[in-house]
Amino acid sequence: MFHRLPDLADAALVTLTIDSEVITARPSDTVAAALLAAGHAACRETAVSSTPRGPYCLMGVCFDCLVTIDGVGNRQGCLVRVREGMHVETQRGKRVAGR
Amino acid sequence: MSETCDLAIIGAGPAGMAAAATAARLGLDTVVLDEQPSPGGQIYRAITETPVRQGTIFGDDYWRGLDLARAFANSGARYLPNSTVFSVDSRLEIGVSSGGKARLLQARHVIVATGAQERPMPIPGWTLPGVLTAGAAQILLKSAGLAPSGRTVLAGSGPLLWLLAAQLQRAGGTLSAILDTTPRMTFGVDMLSFLASPYLSKGRALMRETKQQIAPIDRVTGLRAEGDSRLRRVSFTDRSGVADHIECDTLLLHQGVVPNANLAMSIGCTHRWDDAQLCFVPTLDTWGHSDVAGVSIAGDGAGIAGAESAAERGRLAALDAACRLGRIDQATRDREAETPRRVLTKYGRGRAFLDRIFRPIDAHRIPAGDTLACRCEEVSAAQITEAVRIGGTGPNQLKAYLRCGMGPCQGRLCGLTVTELIAQARGKTPAEIGHYRLRPPVKPITVAELASLPRSEAEANAVARQ
Ligand code: FES
Repeated sequence: MFHRLPDLADAALVTLTIDSEVITARPSDTVAAALLAAGHAACRETAVSSTPRGPYCLMGVCFDCLVTIDGVGNRQGCLVRVREGMHVETQRGKRVAGR
Repeated sequence: MSETCDLAIIGAGPAGMAAAATAARLGLDTVVLDEQPSPGGQIYRAITETPVRQGTIFGDDYWRGLDLARAFANSGARYLPNSTVFSVDSRLEIGVSSGGKARLLQARHVIVATGAQERPMPIPGWTLPGVLTAGAAQILLKSAGLAPSGRTVLAGSGPLLWLLAAQLQRAGGTLSAILDTTPRMTFGVDMLSFLASPYLSKGRALMRETKQQIAPIDRVTGLRAEGDSRLRRVSFTDRSGVADHIECDTLLLHQGVVPNANLAMSIGCTHRWDDAQLCFVPTLDTWGHSDVAGVSIAGDGAGIAGAESAAERGRLAALDAACRLGRIDQATRDREAETPRRVLTKYGRGRAFLDRIFRPIDAHRIPAGDTLACRCEEVSAAQITEAVRIGGTGPNQLKAYLRCGMGPCQGRLCGLTVTELIAQARGKTPAEIGHYRLRPPVKPITVAELASLPRSEAEANAVARQ
């Protein structure tokens, strides 16, 4: 649903995982941008009715991009940059206590 | 003990960057706190580091931000990116979260430059994956070189819609449709000042450029995003009242921007309903100072006026802060304010006209039935009107009834909608209904972060078991 423009500045790609899937991203990507670039429109299921949601505003306002990053739940994916070896998990329902 | 500074500026968009450069030049120890990893705010997002080589796709207005960013970088102001402000108290002590750690910063003056956010557009299905804001698409384009592929529909109203359409087309993208929800234009005296404004030629050029590739469908109403677990199509009613639909993969919504007011409201700055802009705006003096001592608000957070005005309002707030903190006298402040005020007058022309012709239609602001008003807690319009029917009087009471506004976004995406819904149901004005009361922390932080904050012995004793 989103593709990279053909003429972008060179950058060494980073590798991260989304659940069990391995994806690559540009180092300046946020987690939300990397998810969308990898074809994931949704990144979680809501806490109230378990319906799928994905990043909506990309500017830190809507909180629909919430994901678990390296074991920490409910992080705003659109505000966190990807890092080599990062583990991103989609969330099903509420944040799990202790994460 | 917390760290200290003369001036803390919250937000590194045009207002924050211009304020910082001005304040640092006048010798104030200035700190800029910003949630993003690089300066620019949303309008100049990724201005110093966009991966897009063909910079012309963004247009000259975007690249103007580079001068501001350079002046800011060379100003000597301290810059703390990736830093989320979660509280500012009346003593101007600022709670900042960065990299999972919280800390406190004691300022002598604060400029809130938190800018604008997209106006909520609560149409049926607006929570489906595949539905994003037009601003989101623009951010992806600037910061990640990502453009929508597949069938893309742009729907709504306002200057940004046309700017995004032109940018996507310049980037080689195609749009399946533009659904323009702007109602039929009527003429008024505000037209004269618009004709003399910088917006006319810019707007005309963008619309002409876009329309070379695609004929917009105009005066659209009744937008609905449809699909099961993701967006499949958008349906709408055309100007002659005929229902239609378009299959699509991505729907980009936009109906103007509104102040990102949560922080300023939580500080206690008085806001009033602006019926022309259909949002709450802070009550400020001519320098941008609020009714809370030592707190100024600059940029679109002070009322929507655009990026050029934002920078000038940042400069004015910084001059005033320098004067209040004894760095410059009033005569110097007033003299230095002359140029910013002239530019403000220029960019103020035509705004009233823009506000009026791009006033979003009621049906796309005040939802009905099952349409979600509060995305976080999944509260529908019907639930809100029902709560009013059984006696709910205002937004704060409805929090207790329905939890609307109590999810992670803390009312950012439902505040205006809930106010207008209650006003409609009760036959009152939004001004009479008011907005949710907002309290710190205005961004979620963990209890561990809060607990790690330094505290004085007196504070520790106040809660210790005797
Ligand atoms: S996409 Fe809206 S907060 Fe991240």
